[in-house]
Amino acid sequence: MKHKKWDLIIRPHTRWLDLNLKEVWRYRDLVAQFVRRDIVAVYKQTLLGPVWFVVQPILTTVVFTFVFGSLAGLGPKDVPAVLFYMAGIIPWNYFNECLMKTSSTFTGNASIYGKVYFPRLVIPFSVVISNLAKFAVQMVLLVAVWLYYYFQGNYEFNITAYILLLPVVIIIMAGLGLSMGILISSLTTKYRDLSFLVAFGVELLKFASTLVFPLFLIKNETYRMVIWANPMTSVIETFRFALMGKGAEINLYALSYSAGFMVIVFFLAALLFNRVEKSFMDTV
Amino acid sequence: MIQPVVIEAENISKQYRLGLLSGKTLSDDLKRFLYRLSGKPDPLAFVGAENDRTVASAERYVWALKNINFEVRQGEVMGIIGRNGAGKSTLLKILSRVTTPTTGEIRIKGKIASLLEVGTGFHPELTGRENVFLNGAILGMSKSEIKRKFDEIVQFSGVARYIDTPVKRYSSGMYVRLAFAVAAHLEPEILVIDEVLAVGDTEFQKKCLGKIKEVAGGGRTVLFVSHNMGAVSDICDRAIMIERGSISHEGNADTVIREYVNSTMRADLTSHDSLKDAQFRRGSGQVRISSLSMHSHGTEQEQHEFDYRSDVSFTFNFQVNEPVPELFFLLALRSSLSREMVTATERIRIPVDGKTGNIAFRLTLPQLNLSPGVYETYYWLGSSRQEMPYDVIDNMTAPLVIRVPENESALQTGYFQLNYKTEL
Repeated sequence: MKHKKWDLIIRPHTRWLDLNLKEVWRYRDLVAQFVRRDIVAVYKQTLLGPVWFVVQPILTTVVFTFVFGSLAGLGPKDVPAVLFYMAGIIPWNYFNECLMKTSSTFTGNASIYGKVYFPRLVIPFSVVISNLAKFAVQMVLLVAVWLYYYFQGNYEFNITAYILLLPVVIIIMAGLGLSMGILISSLTTKYRDLSFLVAFGVELLKFASTLVFPLFLIKNETYRMVIWANPMTSVIETFRFALMGKGAEINLYALSYSAGFMVIVFFLAALLFNRVEKSFMDTV
Repeated sequence: MIQPVVIEAENISKQYRLGLLSGKTLSDDLKRFLYRLSGKPDPLAFVGAENDRTVASAERYVWALKNINFEVRQGEVMGIIGRNGAGKSTLLKILSRVTTPTTGEIRIKGKIASLLEVGTGFHPELTGRENVFLNGAILGMSKSEIKRKFDEIVQFSGVARYIDTPVKRYSSGMYVRLAFAVAAHLEPEILVIDEVLAVGDTEFQKKCLGKIKEVAGGGRTVLFVSHNMGAVSDICDRAIMIERGSISHEGNADTVIREYVNSTMRADLTSHDSLKDAQFRRGSGQVRISSLSMHSHGTEQEQHEFDYRSDVSFTFNFQVNEPVPELFFLLALRSSLSREMVTATERIRIPVDGKTGNIAFRLTLPQLNLSPGVYETYYWLGSSRQEMPYDVIDNMTAPLVIRVPENESALQTGYFQLNYKTEL
């Protein structure tokens, strides 16, 4: 009697798109452990622990408010500059960290990947999730700042139904960070050169978004198109608009564009990741 | 009853492209290209010339594995042996799904887990407890499974006291113990194990091996990759031997081990020359063992395998380079499994006349009642007064292999068989 039903077949090449998300789901405990590790390990042996999560956005906000707001006079008109910058910095940081961390998925985890099999996507997924925890802590800070300005009464915020778009925006920025990260990771396993360009490219994206200046300052239509072409622009703008009801432009077309951009990049990245993960250990 | 086949490997080959492997970045490849243009030799070509595998050298391809076929039945414990670079690790990597084969297919029935290393993913900042959960999850255990086994794991590791201390504060021994403890509690239907035993102190190694034996004895299917013939013969029913990327021998573990030892001896036949090479030897060199051979009593034919309870003779030539006041000789045998000294002769006085020259010496161990297995040899020359021996040859020559006699199948336990009388 021979079993003809096999549980696992190891063979040279699998289909082009074979993400096997079911398998990732089976390894959800591992995702949870990696998330835990990423969060816990960073602030071991510190007194303040997760409080450090909010220090960085506070400092960046202070710098931006001073340099771009006061010195350069590029600040927003009818919303508090602090809230304006912070509402941009927090989603941007999330995107940035997801991208940077997942972009070294293969090279940075070769020692684990080389010894044990588990779905390779577990690690980039866990990065996106553990950064979400950090993001949540920073959101508490943002809400606190928001409440301060709200009760101070100098500004009037319009709470609109657009606040319901926040989860969508979070999914888009997470998806963008993940997709672009694993795309870069897949492209850099054999030739590392691209990884030098990544930091530069991200910096470029940063200044081609509305992170450091409000959109109304840009009058030239072409420039406006360039800025809207950056998929993170609509994320930041929607974020601000949902929070304050003004000081930013909401553009559902642009948001759909970002969502579409994310889906396409994700598809491309998944395709490449899937090719590379099978045998990257031979070339990494 | 014949057990069903749970692993079926068909035509597994793995090809490495050396040119791409050796260069990591485009600039490396470019440099190589420029060098080639100017007619200089390739600066990055550390391409293994010693690869006497089926190499199509012009295309710079090397077959790390070529047409591997085997089957493993449920509950079988199969050893995979071979010299360094024979392709064992590549096969292991394919079985563990770390990399894919170039051709062929392996079909597996049941949950498979592999242990290529202990403590994969241990994070130094996390405590022992946290690392048990992390490492367990990496190895494929669910959280509830780890919770259930947690106490057992801690107890097995023997580091209960430090379980809430970050592992970066652990001694390397404690670290390995904890890491192995997690691995030992994996319960897949098929387990693939690399030679991860060679860590920790002797006591712990024994514990590990015991655990592997327990797993193997428990009806689980095990693939065991090792250099350690003692361990393979101890644990495995069947073995395959890989030589230059192909299976050269397959069958009963002891038979395959015999082939392996033979082929090692064939390859190392020249190792007797290394005896003259003083720089690799310990000792003052006042007296050196200039040649040695192992043979059956009464013949001069060199051999390294002996039947159980046969007479084993050793013939030596000692070269006295400087006159010494006295000369003692000692022979010891060590289990190649645990590396524990199994037995030794007493220090045997060899008469010297205070001159330089050559001394021929023969030693016979009559009816050697060591249990079947592989024993490393240790030869010592020295005096009773000086600390520094004259010469030590520690596991540098072929081991002594004791065979299971043809018509006896029972495997003895322990290192020795006692002589006994019975009365009724």
